[in-house]
Amino acid sequence: MSRSTTRFDVKKVNSELVTLTYGALVAQMIKDLDNVDDVSKQLERLGYNMGIRLIEDFLAKTGTGRCLDLKDTADKIQSAFKMYLGIQPNVTNWSPSGDEFSFMLDSNPLTELVELPDDLKSLKYCNLLCGAIRGALEMVQLDVQSWIVQDQLKGDQNTEIRVKFIRRLEDAMPAGED
Amino acid sequence: MADESLFDFLHNEIVTYVLESNNKQNAGKDEDLSVLEYIGFSTGYRIIERLTKEMPRFKDELDTMKFVCTDFWCALYKKQIDNLRTNHHGIYVLQDNSFRFLTRLSNGKQYLDAAPRYVAFTCGVIRGCLANLNIMCLVTAELQNMPSCKFHIQVQRT
Repeated sequence: MSRSTTRFDVKKVNSELVTLTYGALVAQMIKDLDNVDDVSKQLERLGYNMGIRLIEDFLAKTGTGRCLDLKDTADKIQSAFKMYLGIQPNVTNWSPSGDEFSFMLDSNPLTELVELPDDLKSLKYCNLLCGAIRGALEMVQLDVQSWIVQDQLKGDQNTEIRVKFIRRLEDAMPAGED
Repeated sequence: MADESLFDFLHNEIVTYVLESNNKQNAGKDEDLSVLEYIGFSTGYRIIERLTKEMPRFKDELDTMKFVCTDFWCALYKKQIDNLRTNHHGIYVLQDNSFRFLTRLSNGKQYLDAAPRYVAFTCGVIRGCLANLNIMCLVTAELQNMPSCKFHIQVQRT
């Protein structure tokens, strides 16, 4: 059989590429920074930066309009998960006032092939996702907080990402145009 | 994972992160891309193991290089290498006429001084994957006219 006929499953390779690259980055950060909390913070910031760019890509590709309410937002983020990570998390645990909800991930592509050693148990490995959600929503004028409640890497059943709506950001006047 | 742009964004952020942590340590000195190269190295080292686990053994060095230029490059960068040249003494030149990380950066010489940042990771990936296939080498990139890029591979024999 000639080798040119060997084809890889491109989607799977791409997914593993992201996973492995991310892993290499986290390993490097742990080497660079002495404090595990700093690493978590950096990962969140990195995710935030990715989020502000991802949202443009997302809006351009899907052509969706403004969100009507937070439920709508949650659904759209769910479809973004599907688009970028190939997973479909459940939206659950709505708070009574309707300003908080969770994404339940039964599998997480970022943590495939990953195991946390004991001395890094406090590392929030998936903080990138929280940052990405925060960054993306900020670009559509929603100020939210996002954090990890459960983590499969720490022995939990699912990975749970909590999102809390803080406030709606107002259009600001461009500088110098009073 | 469905979308490729995710990898592009992640790569960009890694570049930014490495440059920032550089700045803290050695302000004013030349850009040090070795960390970026190393992140690429460990990625390449791991991914090649998974890609080739069910493949027959490569015949020789050239066969390995051909694999890198075709299947491996397709899997990672969505296209084949456009040109592979070798002197049959351990030097290989891989030319990609529209390298994925550069296509959206510039078409010509604008931003040429920033371009090495966006190829260092890939140099590492090539070095890592060859290292895991038992070929120790040095990989450098030559940039003249974006988005084309030449990767020079120098095999080290001992």
